[in-house]
Amino acid sequence: MPVALTGLCVIALAGLIALFIKNEKHCVRFGAAGVIVGSVISLIPALKVLISGNVISFVAPWQVPYGSFYVELDSISALFLIPVLLISSIISLYGCGYMLAYKNRRLGSATFFFNMLVVGMAMVVMARNSILFLVSWEIMSLAAYFLVTFDDEHESVRQAGWIYLIATHLGTAFLLAFFIMLGKYSGSLNFDYTNIFQTTGSSPVSVLFLLALLGFGTKAGIMPLHVWMPEVYPAAPSNVSAIMSGLMKKMGVYGIIRTIYILPTVEIWWGWLLIGLGAVTGILGVLFALAQHDYKRMLAYSSIENVGIIIIGIGLGVVGIAQDSQVLAIFGFAGALMHTINHSIFKSLLFMGAGAILQTTGTRYMDLLGGLIKRMPKTASAFAIGALAICGLPPLNGFIGEFILYYASFFGAITDGVELVVTTVTAIASLAVIGGFALAAFANVFGIVFLGEPRSPQALNAHDVNAEMNIAMAILAALCIVVGFASPLILPVIISAVLPIVSLNSDDMVFHISRIKIILFIISAASITFALLAGILILIRKKLLSKNIVTKSPTWDCGYLAANSRIQYTSSSFSQPIVDMFKSVLFSKSKAVKITKLFPQQAQFESSTPDVSSEYLYRPIFKWVDAVISKMRWVQYGVVQMYVLYIAITLIILLVWKLR
Amino acid sequence: MKELLIKIIQPVIAFLLAPMLLGVINRIKANFAGRKGLPILQPYYDLWRLFHKGAVYSTTTSMIFKLAPIVCFASIILVVMIVPLGGGSRSLFSFNGDLILAAYFLGLMRFFIVIGALDTGSSFEGMGSSREVQFSALAEPALFIALAAMARQTSSISFAGIFSAVDPKMWTAGCATLLLSAATMIIVLLAENSRIPVDDPNTHLELTMIHEVMVLDNSGPDFGFILYGSALKLWIFAAIFVGMLLPISAMPIWLSMPITIVAIFTVAVLIGIIESCMARLRLLNVPNLLLTAISLAVLSLVFALRN
Repeated sequence: MPVALTGLCVIALAGLIALFIKNEKHCVRFGAAGVIVGSVISLIPALKVLISGNVISFVAPWQVPYGSFYVELDSISALFLIPVLLISSIISLYGCGYMLAYKNRRLGSATFFFNMLVVGMAMVVMARNSILFLVSWEIMSLAAYFLVTFDDEHESVRQAGWIYLIATHLGTAFLLAFFIMLGKYSGSLNFDYTNIFQTTGSSPVSVLFLLALLGFGTKAGIMPLHVWMPEVYPAAPSNVSAIMSGLMKKMGVYGIIRTIYILPTVEIWWGWLLIGLGAVTGILGVLFALAQHDYKRMLAYSSIENVGIIIIGIGLGVVGIAQDSQVLAIFGFAGALMHTINHSIFKSLLFMGAGAILQTTGTRYMDLLGGLIKRMPKTASAFAIGALAICGLPPLNGFIGEFILYYASFFGAITDGVELVVTTVTAIASLAVIGGFALAAFANVFGIVFLGEPRSPQALNAHDVNAEMNIAMAILAALCIVVGFASPLILPVIISAVLPIVSLNSDDMVFHISRIKIILFIISAASITFALLAGILILIRKKLLSKNIVTKSPTWDCGYLAANSRIQYTSSSFSQPIVDMFKSVLFSKSKAVKITKLFPQQAQFESSTPDVSSEYLYRPIFKWVDAVISKMRWVQYGVVQMYVLYIAITLIILLVWKLR
Repeated sequence: MKELLIKIIQPVIAFLLAPMLLGVINRIKANFAGRKGLPILQPYYDLWRLFHKGAVYSTTTSMIFKLAPIVCFASIILVVMIVPLGGGSRSLFSFNGDLILAAYFLGLMRFFIVIGALDTGSSFEGMGSSREVQFSALAEPALFIALAAMARQTSSISFAGIFSAVDPKMWTAGCATLLLSAATMIIVLLAENSRIPVDDPNTHLELTMIHEVMVLDNSGPDFGFILYGSALKLWIFAAIFVGMLLPISAMPIWLSMPITIVAIFTVAVLIGIIESCMARLRLLNVPNLLLTAISLAVLSLVFALRN
């Protein structure tokens, strides 16, 4: 354990020193080197824990009341810690190239907060004391806030920062309540419980679960708690979007899984609730993703969609525990965790690609781009692999997670119990709907941004980005492929990490696990066959074409030769039929000049799809809150001394109340 | 040994006979229209000619355009290796959950057809791909729910398991599930293979096409791969449809496999008849048809719940 903590200290120290390095290039590189070295050090114990299955813990005295510096590394923590360390290292490598584009900016603080964010996340997954957990949680959340607002000369970025800050603290408020209640019922703020509250009945357990779901769900982005994401991810620098979407939101997932692990019992309706929420989050997430014109905003909605898939998996697991269905329990959680890890790989990759596009073209508007594959082929290839992976297409890693979830659901569907069938088929149908529309959304982004002809001078003059960024993207793209093919070796590790959560173990289980291993081997064999087939076909085509003439000519556009880029299909037109079909849930707004005369002169059309829940749910609530609070304005003087007095008075009142 | 031989012979049969399905459909349509029609073997001549032609690549396109036909053809070959042919037989890649792998390889095929089309920068091809992704996103849940219903009915989650569980006893016990799933499958088949009433493969106007318009710019061997690929795709969907319905698992393989093949060609005849008797739907109404398929699938699941 000291090794893991040493690694984190290295990361934090490097960040601290980077604050004082004058040269911007050296500063970013020093910070990144710290992350990479620290991660390598901390990865050793994490991998050891994951492979051996042992639990290592470390307790140190801590001055904070009720707190103790109690950290522990079990296989669930390790499963989250490894991606956190590995992918943050890659993102920090990317950051070396990306952040330098911000000319005339001091990068010391950004480097410091980036490193603190990594440390914060690592501490969140290792903390075993409520106070320590909350402190780590806040370090993580605040570091992210300062990173989001890095570009703070823009109004929209400051606005996004506020939304994030409010959302994350509302989430933390629920967590505070959750931990206080947990402490009250279990008698200790340490997580090593506590069979105490089995006697207190099930109702507080459900309340605890709901509090945790609200608190962690805000971080993970379960609808309708997701509203901050579509604002924050586009506004943040792309390496920050990558780490927030790829890793930080997974802390919410970790929290939910840890909560289920801590709580002594589960209720079946939690599972139903999770599957319902997951289905809504996934389906609405992907539909909103399709409707966006800004590719970073689109990726934000796609993150929300993927959290939907993960939550469906957790829901299946919970139903499995409650119904004593081992396959559902094990493979539900295993699929959810597999997808969590996979998503952190390909979503970081996609945000990195988005950052590269943004850096070279300066626009986030898809309909202004096009033809980038010829101008930035490296980014295009990496982005294509990420897009294929996120659609869950074989032979890449995204398929494996979704396959496990389908497998669990289909298994649930054929075993007894009508309740189980309805639940699992809901999961199957939602996964199918999400899969179909995700394919549409990513074919859209990739096709419009990278293929065809450039639609603007910015796109015409695009070029590939610097080596650090390309290397980082290449590593992640390679990971997508490797994890896809190596799944038979990876899944057993995840399953053994999941076993303690479901606390079922029998010979039957051994049979199911060995069977899934064989299945994954067959899938890998199929993937290899597919790759071989593709190779053979390329050779065949080469042979066939070698005897004949191959020519180049403009696209044949049904008589309109040399079509210019303005009549190309745009992303808005590509997604229009689907957006139109779901207008009752998306509430897209469009403005068009009506054509009246026979020979119309000018036409205009614009459409946008703002977030429904932020428009119709939060805006009214916050308006009301604003109205109430503005009545309290008379206590505000803007004089610091006055506020100190308020604090002192409050303290005295509390003291009197306590000593009474 | 014998089993391995059967596993290998199944894809070979598919390769040899799939193009003929297109020939049969064309012949039926010609007969309905009172024409003599093309030779049934015409698709083979077409393929032969395409594979021996040169190619024209658009200057707008990139490597994606060249990669797309390859990936599409490789994916469909893999799906051919997954779906078994005939009652009790297993395929090269038969395992629990193989239906998910097959569906996702079809997804890979679709993804590449779509981005290959977008690579040309043509607005017609953009239009086609936009429709393709919309309709198949709706066909996907119908397919999966129908498969779940069949899985529930037969207590099995592989193609081989489902097909071999369909026997006369299953027909008496789960007739409703079988028929409703089959009805879903036939709609999904028509939609996924760009057939009337969803898409008209013979239409002359690019504005109204779906699948054909996406491959306007492909030529030579590339177009050959795509054409062969669509024939194989039709074969696969017909094989699944037939497998779900025919109660022949008890028969020996030398009997059940020919029966399956004959049944697949019967499906082609059926498609020919449907195409001759119906006009295609307006594009705006296609989602309604697919929603009907989803409802049918859900109903079939409801009937399967009794087990």
